[in-house]
Amino acid sequence: MAYKFKETAKIPERISGGHRMCAGCGAPVTVRTVLRAIEPEHRAVISVATGCLEVSTCIYPYTSWEDSFIHSAFENAAATISGAESAYRVLKAKGKAGEETKFIAFGGDGGTYDIGLQSLSGAMERGHNMTYVCYDNEAYMNTGIQRSSSTPMYANTTTSPVGEVRAGKIQFKKDLTMIMAAHNIPYVAQSAPYRNMKDLYEKSKKAIYTDGPAFLNVISPCPRGWRYDTPKLMEIIGLAIDSCIWPLYEVENGKFRLTHRPNKKVPVREYLKMQGRFSHLLNGNYENHIDEIQAMVDERWERLLELCGEN
Amino acid sequence: MAIREKLSGNEAVAVAMKQIEPDVVAAFPITPSTEVPQYFSQFVASGQVRTEFVAVESEHSAMSACIGSQAAGGRTMTATSANGMALMWEMLYIAASLRLPIVMALVNRALSAPINIHNDHSDSMGARDSGWIQLYSENNQEAYDNFVQAVRIGEHVDVLLPVMVCYDGFITSHAVENIEILENNKVKEFVGEYNPKYYLLDENRSISLGALDLPSVYFEHKRGQAQAMIDAKQVILDIAAEYEKLTGRRYGLFEEYKLNDAEVAVVVLNSTAGTTKAVVDKLRSRGIKAGLLKPRVFRPFPHREIREALSHVNGIAVLDKAEGFSSAGGPLFIEIKSALQGVSDMKIVNFIYGLGGRDIRVEHVEDVFMELKDRLAGDEGNMVNYLGLD
Repeated sequence: MAYKFKETAKIPERISGGHRMCAGCGAPVTVRTVLRAIEPEHRAVISVATGCLEVSTCIYPYTSWEDSFIHSAFENAAATISGAESAYRVLKAKGKAGEETKFIAFGGDGGTYDIGLQSLSGAMERGHNMTYVCYDNEAYMNTGIQRSSSTPMYANTTTSPVGEVRAGKIQFKKDLTMIMAAHNIPYVAQSAPYRNMKDLYEKSKKAIYTDGPAFLNVISPCPRGWRYDTPKLMEIIGLAIDSCIWPLYEVENGKFRLTHRPNKKVPVREYLKMQGRFSHLLNGNYENHIDEIQAMVDERWERLLELCGEN
Repeated sequence: MAIREKLSGNEAVAVAMKQIEPDVVAAFPITPSTEVPQYFSQFVASGQVRTEFVAVESEHSAMSACIGSQAAGGRTMTATSANGMALMWEMLYIAASLRLPIVMALVNRALSAPINIHNDHSDSMGARDSGWIQLYSENNQEAYDNFVQAVRIGEHVDVLLPVMVCYDGFITSHAVENIEILENNKVKEFVGEYNPKYYLLDENRSISLGALDLPSVYFEHKRGQAQAMIDAKQVILDIAAEYEKLTGRRYGLFEEYKLNDAEVAVVVLNSTAGTTKAVVDKLRSRGIKAGLLKPRVFRPFPHREIREALSHVNGIAVLDKAEGFSSAGGPLFIEIKSALQGVSDMKIVNFIYGLGGRDIRVEHVEDVFMELKDRLAGDEGNMVNYLGLD
């Protein structure tokens, strides 16, 4: 059945409004879309790593989560949900748990690329029937915009600040989606909450209904850390995709597939110039840095096209 | 009829685990606890239990998976030692504070550095404020019995706290002893089904666990948690009484050995209590009124009962197999001293012993009693002493 946004929008929300995420934040849009992909008659258990999403959606005695929810710590959303999923399998076998239940973990890039990478890798390797969703906002936003291994090169953060001799983060962004693909799990995808949410909805559906572990890496911009006007959220995501900084693709049983090819590849400058975290690159002193970013994006894009058989 | 078996401490605990047949065991190997998940995964592989064994990639993930599993509604267990538990540290507090009655076999081993695989109590003593109930075991029989009782204690509605069953690495974990185990059905019947009131997989309602607590509620939650630890004491006694009916073996908050009329006494945990009993007998045959108090329950700490049991003793030596680095004595000493505060005409001294598996012999414990006699005769000495140090 063809995807219709108007139809999927009618699916009851599994995360309620009234949570305390910032206006213009990509994370709740990501979460809503992922959760909509669970069939309404199915149950879910959700684990969330410590971070903005967790501290803004479950402040005692309130909760935004319609499904059962657990937060235990920062680096272990994957291990925690793997325990719940293990209990489910045995309780189901003993006839003590009946209904179809899906197991989903959410973590930011801090909880996923960095402190939680080991826990994620372990859970994926063990083959739990779960979906891990990284809402990637490219820095530790909850503690106040510190750099992560996901922060792109030359971004200004509070621990990779711009100064007389440094132009922001001097290292490149870790490619976590490829690392997860190298785990040879049944389903890995890179996505974005964009336009009519088709890409993220369909990938979420596949991930959640894949038998075994699945991983979604979803770019989820942060207006505080990226320094953009909150209404520009969708525009920024669009430029991340169309500049090929954040390509949309999936890896299903080892097979790479590009899920969106920009009609016209936009120069990275267009993406960078919308964000305060890159403003230092545009004052004329760092033109070579922009060229460097462009070259890196081009190289990674070409490599991806090759993997996807698109060349 | 009870079954007599020749089992190592680790085997005894693994057998108890098999008989309890929890829903999930998540563990990562570390000497000397490794055998517990090894034996248990064999029980899983041979179809003797229906448990899910989760072979996690670290102890941090072991405790995290235990938390997820127990919260989901599964009875959950693990085993570890020393650095393994140190890596779990963050999650120990979270398991207790989320009120999840996970049961852990903690095979006591010295913490690094320097790395040392042998026994002392620096691991569990470091976790004494984590909110876990701590039961200590002198020998293989006690490790087995404590493990079976731990399930009921933790899951009791007045408690809902995780329980660690501590026993000495190698000395207890690897030495084989003749012990009595229960029949499988007796254990199953004793522990019963795990029916939590709140759990993630409840089909009738969703729950949220692990919320952010602001200063307006955090304190109240901590006070509630503290009450659970206070209330655990009676539950431990009730379950011990029930277990005694089933097995004939008596457990309390601590064991008193010839303490009634003792003039000098040693307070010591785990396997060294066995050595001390031999010394007490030897000294008694020489007319010295020696005695022993062996705490079984260190958390909650039964301060009132211990005070009552020790208040008539003139000289007390507390033996600590953990340094504590307080500069005022080991952790057991500080607790005992605090329990005895205000008792007059009493000498209390501390001996740190056996760190990193340094052997403690009958002669060492005998020296402790003799030192106590000298102190009572007027010798001034240090409050904190080191036993068996070269």
